Amino acid sequence: MIFSFEIPLLILLLLTAAGAIIVKDLISAVLILGSYSFVLALVWAWLGAVDVAFVEAVVGAGLATVFFLLTLFNASPKDTEIRRQPVPFIAFLGLPMLGLLLLFAAEDLPEFSDPKSPASVHVSPEYLEQSYQKTDTENVVTSVLMDYRGFDTLIETAVIFTAGIACALLLRRDSK
Amino acid sequence: MTELIEHVEAAIQRPNFIAFVILFLWGFYIMVTHPNMVKKLVGMYLVQTSVIFLLVTVSAKDHPATVPILRDVDIESGQIDPTEYANPLPHVLTLTAIVVQVATLGVSLALVTAIYRRFGSLDENEVLKKIE
Repeated sequence: MIFSFEIPLLILLLLTAAGAIIVKDLISAVLILGSYSFVLALVWAWLGAVDVAFVEAVVGAGLATVFFLLTLFNASPKDTEIRRQPVPFIAFLGLPMLGLLLLFAAEDLPEFSDPKSPASVHVSPEYLEQSYQKTDTENVVTSVLMDYRGFDTLIETAVIFTAGIACALLLRRDSK
Repeated sequence: MTELIEHVEAAIQRPNFIAFVILFLWGFYIMVTHPNMVKKLVGMYLVQTSVIFLLVTVSAKDHPATVPILRDVDIESGQIDPTEYANPLPHVLTLTAIVVQVATLGVSLALVTAIYRRFGSLDENEVLKKIE
């Protein structure tokens, strides 16, 4: 049964997310968010997405946590404490209703881990069957990322470059 | 009544979807209502990862299925059965999405740092007061 190992991981995931939201000190919240990322990477490895799990562990848990901490170390300690806020009435009423509506739609989703689900029948069997003959790569994710969808990855690099320039411009010391 | 029970059963058979709904809505709530800007970004991070989590869930297949790296036996025989490997396409799309997520996070944190340098506060309401 696939769920036996997954349910505890999902509970751990929700607990770390709740910790990151509830805790009062921002630095603790960010560190708990890092552990949330590691649990998420574990869930993804369990679902068979090893490449995504690697990227989440390196980029999500590592780099994002470092970004958050760099921001917080610039701030003085009194600013990283947060006060508890009263819950607005409309959020108290509206968000659970939105959640119930979303869960109401769960029936229309394909069965969990169904090999005949719509996402798994159209083009992805072709990738699995033909990628070795066409690209000579054993890892199908690599061959799709670098060969079939190479332009996608190229433009993604442009996005990261733009983000880097934006950060450098925003953080210039002598900007007047 | 029986219809309601069917809906509840359909939701319980998809625990990943329940986890997605909770994470998404909670993160969204923090992102919209919390006055602290870094806390808002924590909420944004939760929303983004929960959507990616749903996409990866779609790619999973039943248990003889393994990671999408072809086995030597299958390569030699040339007969590859797609139901034995997880769906690689959502993995590729989410790889792109994770990197873009961290890029947006970096830019927004740089913005928060710039605001802090100018106004000396991470709290939205105090910054608004100082602008006026």
